[in-house]
Amino acid sequence: MKKDIILAGVGGQGILSIAAIIGYAAVESGYYLKQAEVHGMSQRGGDVQSHLRISDKEIFSDLIPQGGADLIISVEPMEALRYLPFLSEVGWLITNINTFENIPDYPDKAALLEVIKAFPRNVALDAEQIAKDLGSNRMMNMVVLGAASPFLELNYDELEKGIKFIFGRKGDKVVESNLLAMKAGREISDKR
Amino acid sequence: MKKLLLLGDEAVAQGALDSGLSGAFGYPGTPSTEIIEYIQRNKAAIERDVCRTWSANEKTAMEEALGMSYAGKRTLVTMKHVGLNVAADAYMNSALTGANGGVIVAVADDPSMHSSQNEQDSRFYAKFALMPALEPSNQQEAYDMPEYAFQLSENFNLPVMLRLTTRLAHSRAGVTRKEVLDENEMHLPENPSQFMLLPAFARKNYQKLLSNQEGLLQESENSPFNQYTEGEDKSLGIIACGLAYNYLMENYVDSVCPYSVLKIGQYPLPRKLVKKITAECDKILVLEEGMPIVEEMLKGFLNGNSVIKGRLDGSLPRAGELNPALVRKALGMEDLVSEKIPEIVAGRPPALCLGCPHADTYKALNEVLEPYGKGHVFSDIGCYTLGFLPPYNAIDTCVCMGASITMAIGAAEAGLFPAIATIGDSTFGHSGITGLLDGVKKQANIVVFILDNDTVAMTGMQDSQVTGRIEDICLGVGVEKEHVRVINPLSRLNDENVKIIKEEIDYNGVSVIIPRRPCIHVYSKRKR
Repeated sequence: MKKDIILAGVGGQGILSIAAIIGYAAVESGYYLKQAEVHGMSQRGGDVQSHLRISDKEIFSDLIPQGGADLIISVEPMEALRYLPFLSEVGWLITNINTFENIPDYPDKAALLEVIKAFPRNVALDAEQIAKDLGSNRMMNMVVLGAASPFLELNYDELEKGIKFIFGRKGDKVVESNLLAMKAGREISDKR
Repeated sequence: MKKLLLLGDEAVAQGALDSGLSGAFGYPGTPSTEIIEYIQRNKAAIERDVCRTWSANEKTAMEEALGMSYAGKRTLVTMKHVGLNVAADAYMNSALTGANGGVIVAVADDPSMHSSQNEQDSRFYAKFALMPALEPSNQQEAYDMPEYAFQLSENFNLPVMLRLTTRLAHSRAGVTRKEVLDENEMHLPENPSQFMLLPAFARKNYQKLLSNQEGLLQESENSPFNQYTEGEDKSLGIIACGLAYNYLMENYVDSVCPYSVLKIGQYPLPRKLVKKITAECDKILVLEEGMPIVEEMLKGFLNGNSVIKGRLDGSLPRAGELNPALVRKALGMEDLVSEKIPEIVAGRPPALCLGCPHADTYKALNEVLEPYGKGHVFSDIGCYTLGFLPPYNAIDTCVCMGASITMAIGAAEAGLFPAIATIGDSTFGHSGITGLLDGVKKQANIVVFILDNDTVAMTGMQDSQVTGRIEDICLGVGVEKEHVRVINPLSRLNDENVKIIKEEIDYNGVSVIIPRRPCIHVYSKRKR
């Protein structure tokens, strides 16, 4: 078992929560894990990424080699494309389609989604709408995690435990809605 | 025991705590910040009351650590690479005083300058100071090295550098803990002149430092962190330092590396092991994260007959951090197939957050400075440096901590009018106060903005040393009371703020304007 995952988004969008939950599930399943994060200046609204590596063998590099990633999981469509050089020939692109436009030259949204749709192995979903329907668009990242979950080769139960572990402090209600958000994302991928 | 999932920084912190740490001193700086942050929230550290508050700057931190070592206890001092420049006076001399209780100087370098002004390699400082250095390749070593370093430090009565780089500092992996050691009892140095660097004593101490070098070399030759693995193919030998070892092994996950490999985790460089690999192999490839220090040492001045490949001959890029693909190319292996970034993707540089108080300050400042044209604003290190970028284009320089005020003084003395400095509250506490004192003494015609957002924002909301004290400091330094002005940077108060800025520019002397409004992240946390 080996899964190399690039998590992508904009500083403040919550990719580290996704990383923490997958990481929790991976460690609980007895796998090796390495997870490189971006701290510092880029967190101020810049592009951020996390390299998440899971394996049943010892992992060396903290960074995923170019052309070596099994998955890109992105909470923002343009950021999904930024890391295509990391994706392997058979890798999948899972992304939210809601743009985060904090730069003056942000590309045309329709054209951007065209590029994503043209990519042969993609799951592109309106995670913000799904999260909003469930009560809060802040859970958008959990919807994206749900959509990525069938590609992770981790038990879904372990991911659920991860959500309970990470959000436990915030109370049962928050845990419950995040579990629902992940499930809604999962259903999108299962229906595909 | 169950593994802990720790960042490289956190592993250093946990390793030090488990090795009898009594105090950690430092100033926040990416990528080193999380070492002390971890100690600050660690339950055992709180129970033991390990000293763990931030210091005003890296120099004060280094000196505080030295004081704790003098009193016989184990101490850790943390900083980013450029922070070591600030600490350098204390750091260089600490090699001569040496340590009593063990001292670890943990420095996190930032090759590729993800969050820094340069990519200087702290191993040069270790060599410069004749101090041993350790360089972990993974989180487990980052955890294991502090105990080893404290022992080395106490055996040789010498501080030990622990050098990290960004990718290890900010990457998480499982770490197995060992048993927890007790803290040292307080005890003063056996030699009463150990910490006395009057020239006559300093010369003696320097001789001792020099005579210790052979012993430090022996330690490196026998170090568990320096490992030689013989390979079958002798056409190439590889010296891989710290994190670079991982990028090498990444390319042999499904096979065995055919070449001899010398993994380096402790300096001074083990001479015998290096001689062995250079003698056995036709060519040598040096992989090191940062600058080509080992490669230069191997090449020497006259470069013997051996072929040394690395950053200096173009096998690897001269600048920037390494990664598996770069190392792969240096090994002569083919690139993995990969896509290009689609053309539609635009760059997304970091920016001031929506609602940031600095944005409103810059708006008012820009309005006032419009008639004077560009080139009047000297700035500093922090979130507000992002004011250089559009749409603000509000500042002109960023050099090092504190340089805003002092460069404004120099420019004003050269005749530039107006000469404006913008500096954050924490940076002011770090290195701005002495500059302001210069301004007052020289009666320089400058306007200093101390942007007070109540926190060290860029590195992630650490406590600022000067919160609640800024006006008192300015008055104490000698700025006139009527020229220390506090404004509230809000766009609805823009006209009022513009008026105040104009008045202070018109005043011929040192003015301080303090735009005061909490960072929006601090504000929203308090509201919750």
